[in-house]
Amino acid sequence: MGMEGIGARVARKEDKRFLTGKGRYTDDMIVPGMKFAYFVRSPHAHARITGIDVSAAKAMPGVIDVLDGKQLQADGIGNLICGWMIHSKDGSPMKMGAWRPLAVDTVRYVGDAVAIVVADTAAEARDAAEAVVVDYDELPAVTTSLAALGEGAPQIHPEAPGNLIFDWQIGDGAATDAAIASAAHVTEIEIHNNRLSPNPMEPRATLGIYDSAEDHFTCYTTSQNPHVARLVMSAFYNVAPENKLRVIAPDVGGGFGSKIYIYPEEIVCLWASKKTGVPVKWTSDRTEAFLTDAHGRDHVSKVKMAFDKDHRIIGLKVDTIANLGAYMSLFSSAVPTYLYATLLSGQYAIPAIHANVRTVYTNTVPVDAYRGAGRPEATYLLERTMETAARELGISPAELRRKNFIRSFPYQTPVIMNYDAGDYEASLSAAMQAADWDGFPARRAQSEARGKKRGIGMSCYIEACGIAPSQAVGSLGAGVGLWESAEVRVNAVGTIEVLTGSHSHGQGHETTFAQLVADRLGVPIASVNIVHGDTDKVQMGMGTYGSRSGAVGMSAIVKALDKVEMKAKKIAAHLMEADESDIVIENGELKVAGTDKSLPWFQVALAAYTAHNLPAGMEPGLKEGAFYDPSNFTFPAGCYIAEVEVDPETGKTEILQFVAADDFGNIINPLIVEGQVHGGLAQGIGQALLEEVRYDEATGQILTASYMDYAMPRADDLPSFTLSHQNTPCPGNPLGIKGCGEAGAIGSPPALINAITDAIGINDLTMPATPLKVWSALQGSSMRMAAE
Amino acid sequence: MAKVTLTVNGRTMSGECDDRTLLVHFIREKLGLTGTHVGCDTTQCGACVVHMDGRSVKSCSILAVQASGSTVTTIEGIAAQGELHPVQAAFNQHHGLQCGFCTPGMVMTAVDMIARHGGALDEATVRHELEGNICRCTGYHNIVKAVLSANEEMHGAARQAAE
Amino acid sequence: MYATSYHRASSVGEAVNLRSSQEEGRYISGGMTLIATMKQRLAAPSNLIDLRHIGELKGISVEGRAVRIGAATPHADVAGSAALRAVCPAICNLAGMIGDPHVRHMGTIGGSVANNDPAADYPSAVLALNATVITDRREIAADDFFVGMFETALEEAEMITAIRFEAPERAGYAKFANPASRYALTGVFVAKFTSGVRVAVTGAGANGVFRVPEMEAALAASWSPESVAGVSVDPGMLMSDMHATSEYRANLVRVMAKRAVQAS
Repeated sequence: MGMEGIGARVARKEDKRFLTGKGRYTDDMIVPGMKFAYFVRSPHAHARITGIDVSAAKAMPGVIDVLDGKQLQADGIGNLICGWMIHSKDGSPMKMGAWRPLAVDTVRYVGDAVAIVVADTAAEARDAAEAVVVDYDELPAVTTSLAALGEGAPQIHPEAPGNLIFDWQIGDGAATDAAIASAAHVTEIEIHNNRLSPNPMEPRATLGIYDSAEDHFTCYTTSQNPHVARLVMSAFYNVAPENKLRVIAPDVGGGFGSKIYIYPEEIVCLWASKKTGVPVKWTSDRTEAFLTDAHGRDHVSKVKMAFDKDHRIIGLKVDTIANLGAYMSLFSSAVPTYLYATLLSGQYAIPAIHANVRTVYTNTVPVDAYRGAGRPEATYLLERTMETAARELGISPAELRRKNFIRSFPYQTPVIMNYDAGDYEASLSAAMQAADWDGFPARRAQSEARGKKRGIGMSCYIEACGIAPSQAVGSLGAGVGLWESAEVRVNAVGTIEVLTGSHSHGQGHETTFAQLVADRLGVPIASVNIVHGDTDKVQMGMGTYGSRSGAVGMSAIVKALDKVEMKAKKIAAHLMEADESDIVIENGELKVAGTDKSLPWFQVALAAYTAHNLPAGMEPGLKEGAFYDPSNFTFPAGCYIAEVEVDPETGKTEILQFVAADDFGNIINPLIVEGQVHGGLAQGIGQALLEEVRYDEATGQILTASYMDYAMPRADDLPSFTLSHQNTPCPGNPLGIKGCGEAGAIGSPPALINAITDAIGINDLTMPATPLKVWSALQGSSMRMAAE
Repeated sequence: MAKVTLTVNGRTMSGECDDRTLLVHFIREKLGLTGTHVGCDTTQCGACVVHMDGRSVKSCSILAVQASGSTVTTIEGIAAQGELHPVQAAFNQHHGLQCGFCTPGMVMTAVDMIARHGGALDEATVRHELEGNICRCTGYHNIVKAVLSANEEMHGAARQAAE
Repeated sequence: MYATSYHRASSVGEAVNLRSSQEEGRYISGGMTLIATMKQRLAAPSNLIDLRHIGELKGISVEGRAVRIGAATPHADVAGSAALRAVCPAICNLAGMIGDPHVRHMGTIGGSVANNDPAADYPSAVLALNATVITDRREIAADDFFVGMFETALEEAEMITAIRFEAPERAGYAKFANPASRYALTGVFVAKFTSGVRVAVTGAGANGVFRVPEMEAALAASWSPESVAGVSVDPGMLMSDMHATSEYRANLVRVMAKRAVQAS
């Protein structure tokens, strides 16, 4: 590696604009004549709309227009889609109810959009929105998945009787049942995975601009994948044909999954811009974000894990109910199926696995992918079960895991995935050593002397990233292929632009992608620019989510670089009268191996563009594009250890240390990878200790719609983290990269809960383990002890 | 409508706005300084932190008319054009930012924090002092590192100057 | 926020006149609660009278053990006052726990006390310190001032100008913060005077800040954490919400009282 090449700890190129206030986010965009939108939203969780009167609102100061769902429907704007078809085990397709960008006859969650007000200022738009009179006939609401499946539950969509969207299964039920029947020990546990709100710090925003002269739309939006947004808005929502719709995702302030989807607001603002003749900007406030950004998780599962007499796992049976909210969001069906149940083998050799997954509608915000997406649910379920089993079997949690680790690769699980490489023992050992696992009993005694309860817990996670082989996901129901594109443009002076379909909203692509080019060509990263996020500049791409930008996005750049290098070598060979096979690229020069002949990179680039002396028949220019379709998922894995101290008087947990040992394969920039892990850990710890979206079950009102009630992790909730990396390179892509974006959020929740339950000696504890919950658990156990 | 006059980043600027206009919106929309952000509605996230008359404040919870007559420094004003303040440089060096949205507020908070503590900062103090700033990307690990490093840098420089 | 009209006062007299002459007026000091409430459209005063520029409302004076804190003194100034810390460190520590550094730069003691948020920190100090609330027209004893949640003895247009108290022999404050908002889920201020002990609890009471006579008696007998460890508070008089049941709050009152004594 060079100073700036692969593996170098390079400070980020893009930082300066963010540090000096020069970042340009969607809400920073100002265009001439721009007006502001405010959405009228349902205050009810479930109601029929019997009338909308906009006359008073239209007369309010500054109001340009007020538009509703009937007008939108009349203009042929389509319903929102779910992009992944799942079939129930009886063969029937999933039961999808209509999701209109603006509700027409029924609202199904608090926050469902009903009308849009466009006015001179945002404040005037909001004033006028209050004057829109919507008559509702309230209907009974249901917020939990269990209640929604119950007898007599309110029916949310006519298309889905009993609110059941699909009843799906994977694995071998009979073999799993047989394993359980023959087991020496069966661990049974019920697992709840709490509902979360992703909360990127930049609220969603969109600016829709219609140009009547060109009959052309421009959409600035807070998106992780602008190309998919354009595709979907063209193909399904009839906003405009692709050549008449430009989507720009400028600087985006975090996503974590929640900015993958195309929401009603983008569609409605574009349509409203055409209706009103003015550019229309909408910026969410935080409360609207809680009410409308797709939530994550919300699973209830029953688990049976069967062991033989030697403590080897012989079967795993899982029955999961996933709450998908009021409508099926873009990838909502894939998350609790192919992104979840396919990971239920974890790091363990389990001969028989069966999972049944039912998904249900409720009167809540739609649920979709949030950092980890399915994999945190699988990991939490497995690692809580393993911990529980170890406690029941009376053996150490490390020993139980070691006994069951997969140790030879490739390994075919009973649930589709084929693990290509890994060394789970290496991460476990590294984590235990870093955490001084063996010294824990002494530390626990010290805590006890101070009246505190100390606990330690581990979690061994695996995830499937780099999504994903297009043919494979297509056969499983995906509506799109999940390749990535890249174009490498070498300018005449030798500087380089890399156009990528990946999108950076915090991941640092402008640095890491440039490092790849620097590594290959020996040019400084300062001479490499990364272009992304604009459908007019980059041809087509699939965007950034699922830890895929390194493994898939950079692999596409590698393919394009291969082509660029090949052409540059041909030119250099021609100019230096050498054989093409003797040309090597080093330190920004093309050299004839074994001689002192060389040409600087810029001179070869210039030659390509002057075209005065090119090999016979060669086209001028130095620019190549490539598409990369992965051959398999990648399988990052690792071991996390949490050590906590619980204050029994208040139930408050303090994290004393958190150790993460990760195998991400090869690493481009350790500084950035560590940052990704830190952020993931904070989100996972937030899920375990602090965060939960809660609803009033009777009314369907959301109770956690601001930071007053939804506990975000703050600096003093968290420790500094101890990280290490093990490396078994991924054999499936040219860079050996596995991906690192989600691991922290996937592996950390069970480590925390295993540690807290170890501390308090009570295994039955749900996330988030708030002080109230932990204190109550301790009270319950002391009451039980007193009664005994 | 009210006339608001502020000295922002060393320049006196005036603008008309509604009495209900928040300082953050005045700065962003009337003055075109969009580095100051809005991330919540409840005075908690700190993306909007600026300095008013030398103290860090949340510009989302102050009316522009309340601030009229005061001196305001925003993220655009803490270093000369093209240069980085030691806190900005430390955030870059230690990867204390990812998506960048909370970053202006974090930097303004750190500058205020370092000034108030006169060099006496440790990890626990920094974490407590960051109570009013929420970051969703970094897990705070590298922000804390960056603040401590900038503190060392600035305090060390001040010590040297005094000697 | 709904439309409002802003008025800046330069003296107490001008402020009271403005407030009395305006329809639906509200005083605004630091505005750290009021602006947030107005943004959420939960408060809609037609007129705001700004007190932040009235010099006579600011500042801390300590003469012997007599303390006077001007109503418009920001929390950061209370937290950072060396003179105050020398006679009553507990109130400095309390001020340093309110909100966050930025909120402490704006929010004021007068604003906090006048608002009487059931989860605010200052009311517990004012009550436990047996402080006098000085207004533009009279003096009100702390025991008479706090009436109920967000309710005080203040009349229409009456303005707090200062808080006055005698520094106690010892005092301490302990707070258990709401994990989300960081407001007090329960905060207990204990103060020991030659004349006796006062214990006030914020964040927990169904009717706002309140005193705990049993703890006061126990601490008067013996000023030690163990004295309050056995005193229980009736959960029936405490708030219950998703962050804390009344039983949990009752526990926190006891635990925070213990820790407040420890901190004294």
